[in-house]
Amino acid sequence: MAPAEEIIAGHWIKREELMKFVKTMLAGASMLGLSMAAAQAADCEVTHWWTSGGEAAAVSELAKAYDATGNHWVDGAIAGSGNTARPIMISRITGGDPMCATQFNHGRQAEELVEAGLMRDITDIAEAGKWRDVINPPSILDACTVDGKVYCAPLNIHSQQWLWLSNAAYEKAGIPVPANWNDFVETAPKLMDAGIVPLAMGQQGWQQNLAFQVLLLSLLPNDVYLEVFKDKKADVAGGAEVAKVFQAASTARDLSADSNVQNWNDATNMVITGKAGGQIMGDWAQGEFAIAKQVAGKDYSCLPGLGLKDVLLAGGDAFYFPVLSDPEKTKAQGDLAAMLLQPEVQVAFNLKKGSLPVRGDIDLSAANDCMKKGLEILAKGSTVPAVNQLITSDTRTQMEDLFVEFFANKDMTPDAAQKRFADIISQAE
Amino acid sequence: MATGRPRQLFRNIPSKIAAIPMILTASVVFLGGTLWTIAYSFTNSKLLPRWKLVGLDQYERLWATKRWIVSFENLFIYGVCSLVFSLVIGFVLAALMDQKIRFENTFRTIILYPFALSFIVTGLVWQWILNPDFGLQGIVRGLGWDSFSFDPLYNPDIAIFGILIAGLWQGTGLVMVLMLAGLRGIDEDIWKAARVDGIPMWKTYLFVVIPMMRPVFITTIVLIAAGIVRLYDLVVAQTGGGPGIATEMPAKYVYDYMFGGQNLGQGFAASTMMLLSVLVVLIPWAYLEFGGKKRV
Amino acid sequence: MSDPSSVAMAGAAADAVRPVLSGPSGRRPKRAISPRNIVIYGTLGLISIYYLLPLYVMVVTSLKGMPEIRLGNVFSPPVEITFQPWVKAWAEACTGLNCDGLSRGFWNSVRITVPSVIVSIAIASINGYALANWRFKGANFFFSVLIFGAFIPYQVMLYPIVIMMREIGLYGSLWGLVIVHTIFGMPILTLLFRNYFTSLPEELFKAARVDGAGFWGIYFRIMVPMSMPIFVVAMILQVTGIWNDFLFGVIYTKPDLYPMTVQLNNIVNSTQGVKEYNVNMAATILTGLVPLVIYFVSGKLFVRGIAAGAVKG
Repeated sequence: MAPAEEIIAGHWIKREELMKFVKTMLAGASMLGLSMAAAQAADCEVTHWWTSGGEAAAVSELAKAYDATGNHWVDGAIAGSGNTARPIMISRITGGDPMCATQFNHGRQAEELVEAGLMRDITDIAEAGKWRDVINPPSILDACTVDGKVYCAPLNIHSQQWLWLSNAAYEKAGIPVPANWNDFVETAPKLMDAGIVPLAMGQQGWQQNLAFQVLLLSLLPNDVYLEVFKDKKADVAGGAEVAKVFQAASTARDLSADSNVQNWNDATNMVITGKAGGQIMGDWAQGEFAIAKQVAGKDYSCLPGLGLKDVLLAGGDAFYFPVLSDPEKTKAQGDLAAMLLQPEVQVAFNLKKGSLPVRGDIDLSAANDCMKKGLEILAKGSTVPAVNQLITSDTRTQMEDLFVEFFANKDMTPDAAQKRFADIISQAE
Repeated sequence: MATGRPRQLFRNIPSKIAAIPMILTASVVFLGGTLWTIAYSFTNSKLLPRWKLVGLDQYERLWATKRWIVSFENLFIYGVCSLVFSLVIGFVLAALMDQKIRFENTFRTIILYPFALSFIVTGLVWQWILNPDFGLQGIVRGLGWDSFSFDPLYNPDIAIFGILIAGLWQGTGLVMVLMLAGLRGIDEDIWKAARVDGIPMWKTYLFVVIPMMRPVFITTIVLIAAGIVRLYDLVVAQTGGGPGIATEMPAKYVYDYMFGGQNLGQGFAASTMMLLSVLVVLIPWAYLEFGGKKRV
Repeated sequence: MSDPSSVAMAGAAADAVRPVLSGPSGRRPKRAISPRNIVIYGTLGLISIYYLLPLYVMVVTSLKGMPEIRLGNVFSPPVEITFQPWVKAWAEACTGLNCDGLSRGFWNSVRITVPSVIVSIAIASINGYALANWRFKGANFFFSVLIFGAFIPYQVMLYPIVIMMREIGLYGSLWGLVIVHTIFGMPILTLLFRNYFTSLPEELFKAARVDGAGFWGIYFRIMVPMSMPIFVVAMILQVTGIWNDFLFGVIYTKPDLYPMTVQLNNIVNSTQGVKEYNVNMAATILTGLVPLVIYFVSGKLFVRGIAAGAVKG
């Protein structure tokens, strides 16, 4: 056994070395701490989750227009959709360090923050801008309204109910491009003979859930859709009519059996390259076609309401404004809210984003064929609110869990799925 | 190694002062946070915590949810496999490294570097390598073996092992380093004594060295187990829980319902169940470690 | 020290002369080519392939153009090498409107990682020391709670900690984040240090006590210098964990302090638009570079630490 003194002595020098190292590191750390005090002027920090190329281009239109008002747009982008961004936003707001404005999908997502008094009431700005009169469809503004007060500024309309078809795929199979869902299903075997996957479908719950909602809306009268998702009638959800939709979903499951992709844009890419016949997806799919330099009507076709009826399943994005104590920033918020609804901003933003404007009174002549189809339906006023505006995120997540399982598990019968669906609707608030 | 004798209060004061951060963390953050979580799991909190009691509703719903049950089973399968393989591979590698080999530095760096990469990256890379079309299977088929099939991420029955392959790739390096640190702490004289007695090497490892490395093993097991319980990023990046719900994990359920579904109550109930199962394992261990015998 | 159930011989050996820490154990190397060596190097070589394959895929992919990625398989070497993805990842990739790539968050990550690693390791090593050598009444209880804390999913603690930070006025500041990293690193690190200190020979501690050394004296003069391997292991753990952390960095700080992983997340996780796999991979390697370099450097320290431990009296 070595005497302790010797061991200690043996390490003495190394210890000094170590202390020197620690001291240097600590000094470095404290200097870094000091240098981090940075002040900001009356800027407006806006958090959102628009990070792809097209989305960022759309946001830069907003920033440009906002900087022109004399304020300064500070960009706080967080990628990864709401699930990543939302806890950050909520933490900032409840932690007492709120941003100036933040994106939320309007609907019921921000309800509780409003109830907790953390969100600013912008009714005065809405009234000054006559939002009630100009916003079309009105349901978009309703989604921002709690107890008669406006809490968010709607920005755009995204519609979900589209069937995108590859003209090249049908040419290869030697058949005309179908005009609606029924044609699509009928001609599917011919596509399969030609080695083409009839329906491209990303294996993520939200995509399958979206497809189901679109089938429900397109195959059944609008009332049924509203009864299920708005009034939450479990007997309708479990009834004979909706059973037909589950049969259709089961068909969709068979048609998409060979679609092995995860992300929605990979599925869209199958349509673009002619590996798949079609895809049920929202209007944001157009961005993918545009990047691939495809032309609506020539390279691809689009069928709103699956070609069965002209209807828009309309949701969208909106900005919310947390309550701030600084009067200068509060004013900056007001300027932003008013700006978002200006006609020129609406045009510039939505052309880049591929979505529809929330105002009915502006000219979008630069839009492509598919967007024009959407605008026509919008002008006719044939819209229903998107499911996300009617149900809570909780119910939505449960539905996604159901459909991701249904589409992956061929042994799950449509009846069993419908039973679970009716259960979910019966519990929904 | 504690001095078993009771000390006078004042003689241990520096120790107590030094332990203040630990006491605060343990009692306020972990204990307080846990009790808070358990309490709110009996409410119907949605986006924000709200004190509206609903009894056991959240738990009833939880255990009626297929996704949760599948997640729990997956955790068990993944947990057992991951623990066993990490320990065995990590120890064997460390033992190999400990043979006074050449290029020890190189090998150690090669095996440890994946740990520097986040789970997001790990998931992404292995997702590609295991892709049947342009990954491993595609290559082997391209070489002429057409019937070769290896597509764990697209087969619900074995998808969880696809995750395991990636998880082990990322984590075994650290286990090896811990084991190596432990092995280097073993006295050379023990090896000498074993050699003099003519005990085979594997026996020395199994019956002498491993028991002496008990503290290292405990650290390693806690580290691996904590990683298993919290497993989230890897699954999200590699499979997103799919195909279907084949690779769902409890931590993902918690996260998805807390922030995606905005149902804090449900997320809290799920995490309470997770913590409860951890306690079931931990309490007997803590009893054995601290309760039974006094250290000499 | 040794388990009572172990072979009697081990107990005898352990109780006999126990120098501080020994060097590499095992038999002395023999001739270069022997069956034993073939087995050892063969195994390590095969294992190295498994570990290196993904790195190879990452590097190769990051050097390809997008059209080539769409066509080829992931293992084929690039036909035409391009460094554009690297340039883009470092300096051009956009996060919303800010198109300055990963470079934006690099210094923030350094600013977060350095103090967090130092503080968390300092506190945890003192904890471990107190638990191993100066156990006080109730210490085991707190320690058990701490270990339990290692199993709490991070997500569960997000909101409670937001509230705690708000109450002590550190929400959104660098030091708030340092505290959060210290808290979540504490369970494992404390366990690591406690167990390591426990395995050091007790005679050392007793002798120092006889010499009149106190709590801090023994810690700085004996425990710290003798525990280099475990400090290196702790550093590896913390540097990796904190550098790769995304969730805490983004939830507990302000945008002007966001770490590099926020940009990485934005590059890798963009849900809309075409995925640029080559840029993803380049960004990934760039982000992982700092921990990788630290591993490389600390690998030597690791050996030195062990060598220091092996000095015999």
